[in-house]
Amino acid sequence: MENEVLQKIAERFPSVAAEQAVVKHHRIYLSVPNELLVEALSFCYEELNFRHLCTITGLDNGKEYELLYHISKDDGLLLTLKRTAPYQEPVVIPTVLSIYQGATFYERELEGLLGIKVEGLPEGRQYPLPDNWPQGEYPLRKSWKPKQAGGAGQEASV
Amino acid sequence: MSKIMVPLGPQHPALEEPESFNLLLEGERVAASQVCIGYNHRGMEKAAESRTYLQNVYLLERICGICSHSHSTCYVQTVEDLAGVEVPQRALYIRALIGELERIHSHMLWLGIAGHEIGFMTLFMYAWKDREIVMDILEMLTGNRINYGMNTLGGVRRDVTPEMADKIREAVGQLQERTEYYSRVILGEETVYLRLSGVGKLSKADALRFDTTGPVLRASGVGRDVRRDDPNGIYPNLDFQVITDDHEDVYGRTVVRVKELLESYKIIRQILDQLPDGPLTVKVPNRIPAGECISRYEAPRGEDIHYTRSNGTDKPDRVKVRAPTLANSAAIAHMLDGGYLADVPIVIAAIDPCFSCTDRMVRVTDANSGQAQSMDWESLRRYSAQWYRKQGMDFSRIPLR
Repeated sequence: MENEVLQKIAERFPSVAAEQAVVKHHRIYLSVPNELLVEALSFCYEELNFRHLCTITGLDNGKEYELLYHISKDDGLLLTLKRTAPYQEPVVIPTVLSIYQGATFYERELEGLLGIKVEGLPEGRQYPLPDNWPQGEYPLRKSWKPKQAGGAGQEASV
Repeated sequence: MSKIMVPLGPQHPALEEPESFNLLLEGERVAASQVCIGYNHRGMEKAAESRTYLQNVYLLERICGICSHSHSTCYVQTVEDLAGVEVPQRALYIRALIGELERIHSHMLWLGIAGHEIGFMTLFMYAWKDREIVMDILEMLTGNRINYGMNTLGGVRRDVTPEMADKIREAVGQLQERTEYYSRVILGEETVYLRLSGVGKLSKADALRFDTTGPVLRASGVGRDVRRDDPNGIYPNLDFQVITDDHEDVYGRTVVRVKELLESYKIIRQILDQLPDGPLTVKVPNRIPAGECISRYEAPRGEDIHYTRSNGTDKPDRVKVRAPTLANSAAIAHMLDGGYLADVPIVIAAIDPCFSCTDRMVRVTDANSGQAQSMDWESLRRYSAQWYRKQGMDFSRIPLR
């Protein structure tokens, strides 16, 4: 079932390097070109029945940002579509709200913790950091270090 | 009619956790609402990056005080997969046993809170008294009532002896009898039905559209359960039903949880009957090969997700957690809109929110005048109980046993 899905994505999007996907039981991890991501998600939702957005993971791998969209279908298959975003400010990605309406909090989290601007996300309070959190401080960036002694990032005092 | 903005929260005596809701009221009805969460953000994902894989088991177990075992199981599954180790069967059975006991204590806790929110105090007292049975069992097995510390990388830390198994069987028998009584009260008592049905409506289409999970989704008629759809551990060996209900409201969510309790008893008996002999742990190296893994677990509140990225060292590069309440939060505003102010407490309570997991609040507002009025949870609940008593819903008339 994993290979069947992969093949359909490869047929629809020839520029996706499907042979580099990591496939395990019930899991596919696949990188897609940045400009194709929203289209690919829409294809998976409409044509391949991936109706559930599990969550969106944003991470800083030391070289660039990675955005991982974890989507699943009812037979247990969980597909992770990845795109990247370079360190150049401002970092902007499009919203996926038109496909997955449950994505609001996940995308706000990307904005709050990684400082990635999500274009098309409606106005709202920031999440999950407090209102008085200083601007321009994004904890999940690898370059961010906590300022107070004893905070996260310090050696755990056991 | 003038509209009033009532901020509810963030200090919540009932939910024990800070969150706030802005409710725009038109008379007694909620015209619009806004969910404000984020008060419990403790920076655990960042903290996980500077701790070893083993230290993180204990850190991530503390995400939640109720479904702690769910989080630690979900996390260790990712690390074990990345390390490529095979966990002994006995350990997987014990993990599932603690997982189901945790579901029982969580659903019992919820049933009590639901009783409390609607003014059915006897149900609250009964459910919490019976919950002590399962808490005692958990304490016997793990040494703790919560934050069991049962999981470790590669297995579990304590064994289940035959004497313990007998005590669990006895406790499950008592709990089953009590749950069957709750099931009769909830399915048969008109007052309960009238109070809860049609409250916090969430249609099947909306439940799917907002990507809800767990009992909230299943009470809208969608049979999605990680234990069956994408099972891990020993769940493929077990015979159980995924409970769904098509009431699409708070009544349905109550029915689903009570029936799930009965399924958990079934699962526990099977686990005890099948429990194989063998070791409890397998060695997991300190350094985990570079890679990535996402794992899912059916926590009492729904699908819990952990994603781990490893880089070959003894510390993870990234640990991402998505707790079930966050998935259900987007739907709260939709469930509140158009309903009565008096229903706000039970609608929020019915998703069984756990904002520590999620972060991560509620406020009430009057829409026409734009006046804001603060209301704490306690006064809103009192208002709610009195409002319904005037409509003739008095839980003190229900015969008890």
